[in-house]
Amino acid sequence: MSTFFTSRLFFVSLALVIIAATLPLYVSGYVLGLLTVAFYFGVFAMAWDLLFGFAGEVNFGPTFLIGVGAYTAGILNNQFGWSVYLCILLGALASVIAGLVLALPALRVRGPYFGLTTLVAVLMLQNFIVVFADLTGGEIGLTIPDVITINAGANYWIALGFMTISAAILYGLSQSPIGLVLQASGQDPVQAGALGFNIVKHKLAAFVVSAFFSGLSGALLVFYFGTASVGTVVDVAVGVNVIVSAVLGGRRTVLGAALGAIFLIVAGEFLRPTGELATFIVSAVALLVVLFFPGGFLGAALSREARS
Amino acid sequence: MDQRLSNRPVLEVRGLTKRFGGLTAVKNLGFEVNSGEIFGLIGPNGSGKSTAMKSVMGIERPTAGEVVFEGENVAGLPAHKIARKGFGMVFQHSRPLNRQTVLENIMVALLPDSLFMLFPDKALVERAKWIADRVGLGAVMNRRPPTLPFADLRRLELAKAIARDPKVVLVDEPFAGLTRAEVDVFSDLIRSFRDEGRAVMLVDHNVKSVAALVDRVLAMYLGEEIVTGKADDVMKNETVRRVYLGGAIETHARPETSFKDKVPLLQVENVSVFYGKAQALENVSIHVHEGEFVSVVGLNGAGKTTLFNTISGFLPYTGEIVRGGDKLRGRSPAKIARSGLVQCPESRELFGEMSVRENLDLGGQHLADEKRAAQLAWLFELFPILKERQGQMAQTLSGGEQQMLAIGRALMMQPQILILDEPTLGLAPVILEQLSKALEKLRQTTSITVLLGEQNVTFALPHADRVYVLEHARIVWEGDPGRFAAEAGADFL
Repeated sequence: MSTFFTSRLFFVSLALVIIAATLPLYVSGYVLGLLTVAFYFGVFAMAWDLLFGFAGEVNFGPTFLIGVGAYTAGILNNQFGWSVYLCILLGALASVIAGLVLALPALRVRGPYFGLTTLVAVLMLQNFIVVFADLTGGEIGLTIPDVITINAGANYWIALGFMTISAAILYGLSQSPIGLVLQASGQDPVQAGALGFNIVKHKLAAFVVSAFFSGLSGALLVFYFGTASVGTVVDVAVGVNVIVSAVLGGRRTVLGAALGAIFLIVAGEFLRPTGELATFIVSAVALLVVLFFPGGFLGAALSREARS
Repeated sequence: MDQRLSNRPVLEVRGLTKRFGGLTAVKNLGFEVNSGEIFGLIGPNGSGKSTAMKSVMGIERPTAGEVVFEGENVAGLPAHKIARKGFGMVFQHSRPLNRQTVLENIMVALLPDSLFMLFPDKALVERAKWIADRVGLGAVMNRRPPTLPFADLRRLELAKAIARDPKVVLVDEPFAGLTRAEVDVFSDLIRSFRDEGRAVMLVDHNVKSVAALVDRVLAMYLGEEIVTGKADDVMKNETVRRVYLGGAIETHARPETSFKDKVPLLQVENVSVFYGKAQALENVSIHVHEGEFVSVVGLNGAGKTTLFNTISGFLPYTGEIVRGGDKLRGRSPAKIARSGLVQCPESRELFGEMSVRENLDLGGQHLADEKRAAQLAWLFELFPILKERQGQMAQTLSGGEQQMLAIGRALMMQPQILILDEPTLGLAPVILEQLSKALEKLRQTTSITVLLGEQNVTFALPHADRVYVLEHARIVWEGDPGRFAAEAGADFL
C-alpha cells in the first residue's frame, strides 16, 4: 500500500487528474459533456472490475445495479420532489439492497449460473420499467424535474471528482487485505476456504460495494441528463459497454476500467462522422484488444513492470 | 510434551463415509493421528484417499461419520471454519496470486477472516518473513510467483498451510512433480513440522515413496481400509501386495523377434514435454511393433497420460513420434485418431446423456452401414453386457460398464493402434477380470496393436508382450513381463 504513493502509476494518475481538472478552462462544452458521461461510466466499469477482476464473479448485469440506483433516485425526485442529494443517496442504498437480494441466492450457485442470474435480473428490471410506465415513464423515459446544476463546467468537475474519489476508494480496497482475500477466493475458492476465509461473505461484501458505487453513479448520471431511460442506464447493450470497458482497460486493475470507459465513449464520439460504422469500429478494436492483449491497456503495462 | 496431549490423539476419525450419488468413495473409515506424528493415507488411484482427506478438511461434506479434533466433532463444518480451528492443508496444485510477491502471498494466509481489516498489521509482515525463511523462501520473498521454479512454488504452498500455526497439517501428494533431490528437502521440511509437535497427515499413491517419512500408514482400496500399521508391516501385508502387485502372475509374452516388422509400427523418440515449469516427460523413447501388446506401467503422476496425450497429438513436445515411417508432428488430434491411432482416455469421456448405442454409433460414424453393423455385432460378442444396455443412458452405467463402453467406442473406430489409459481406474476386482478376459480375446483374435497404461501391475502384465516402466517422467525399465516382479516390482508397493 505504502509503495503505491511512490509508484509510477500514482504519479501518472495524479498528473492525469490534474490535467483533466483544468480542461473546462479551454475546451468546449460539448467535449466537457462527453467526458462527464465518460467519467460516470468509468465508475460503472471500476465497480464491475471489483467483482470480476477480484472476486472472480462475472456480473453480466451491471445495469441492474446501475438502473435500480438511477430509477430509484429519478422516481423519488419525480414523485415526491425530494432534494436531489437525498434522492441520490437513496438511489445508491436501493442499489445496495437490490444487489444483496440478488447476490445472496446467486452466490450460492456455482459456475456460469451466477452470471446468468445477473443477466436475468436486468431483463426483469427492464420489463418492470416498461410495464409500470405510470411510475417509471416506460419506454419514453422518466423526466426528472431537478438537476444538480446546469453549468457544464460544474457538472464536469462533479463527475471528475466523483470518479477520482471512487477510484481512490475502489483501488485502495482492491490493494487492501480484503482485496487480497477476494483475489485469492476468485482464483481458487477451495484453497481460500482451506486457508480459513469465508468466501461467500467476502464476495457478498464485494457485491455490496460494487452495487453502492454503481447505484450512486447511476443516480448522479440521471440528474446530469435530467432524464432516465431504459436505453441509457438499463439496456443490456449498456451493460455490455461497461463490461467491454473494464476488460479493455485491464482486468484486475480497477483504474484501467476507468480508462477503458473513457476510451470507449470518446472514441465512439470521434467516430460519429462514420455514422453506423462507429459502433462497429469501436467493437472491433475492443475485440482485438481482448483477443491479443487479454490483460487490457493497464494490465499489459503493469505486468511488464512486474516482470522487470 | 504435556501429558494430556500425549494421551489423546489430536485428530480422531470414526466411521467416515462419503457417497457421491450411487458411488461410495469412502466407506466407514476410521483412524487417529497424534501430535508429533506423520500419518500416511495410501491407496491406488480411485481408492478414495483424497476424498477422505477433503472430508476431514470440510472441502467435501462427509455423508456420515465423525471427525473429532481435540475432542470436538467438526464433521460437516465448512472448510473455513475447520481451518480456523487449527487445520492447514497443502494443495498439490498451486495457484498463487501472480501480481503479489511471495511475501504478500504468505501474508494472505495470515489475514483474519474479517471485512474490516483495511491495512495489514506490521506484526503480520514479520511473521510472514519468518515463515518464508522457515520453508526456504527467504531469498526469493520479494519476487513474484511466475518467476519462481516449481519447487519454490511448492514451498509457497507449505508456507501458506503452516502460516497460522495449525495443529493438524494435511498434505496432498507431497512429492508430486519434484526431483529426487527436492524430495529429500521436502521430506526434511515435513519432518520438521512433526518435530514442532504438529500432527501431519499425508496422502500418496504408494507406500514406498513415503515409507521413510511416515510413522504409521493406513492402506486403503475402494474406499475401505485394508490395514494400518508401520510402513514395513503394511508393505508385507498380503492384501496390500495383492492390490498393488497381484499374486503369482502368469504371463504369455511373445518374444519381440516374433514380430515381422523390422521398423516398429510406432516409435516415440526422445520425447520431452513440459507443463509450464514442471517436466512431465524427459527423453522418453518407446516403440511398439505391429500386433504387439505393450504395457507402460507407472504410478500416478509418472507421466503415462502425458505420454499418451502426446502421441495422440494433444500436447506440444520435443523429439519425434513416428508411425509407419511418417512423423506425426503437426497433425491434429482428430486426424491422428481418424487414421487409426485411437486413444481410450483415462477419464473415459463418454457422452453421458446419450445412449450406449449412440455412443458406439458415434465411434463408428465413418463406417458404411453394413460395416458398422458387422463391427457392432463383433463388439457385442466381446462385451455382451453392452448389447443388453444399448438403450440406456451412458452416465447411468456402472463404472465397469462405462469402461467397457469407452473401449467399445474406441474399437468402433477400427483402430490399428489402440491406446488404453488406466482402464482399471477405480474398478472392483470382479470387473477387472471381465475386462482382462476381453483384452485377452482382443489379443488372440485380432491384429490390433495395443498400448496399455496402468498402475495396476496385476492387470498390465498378463497380456503384455513387453513392459516399460515409467517413473518420474522417465523410462527406467524395459523388458519381459516375466522378469518384472524380480527387477522392477519393489517400487510398486
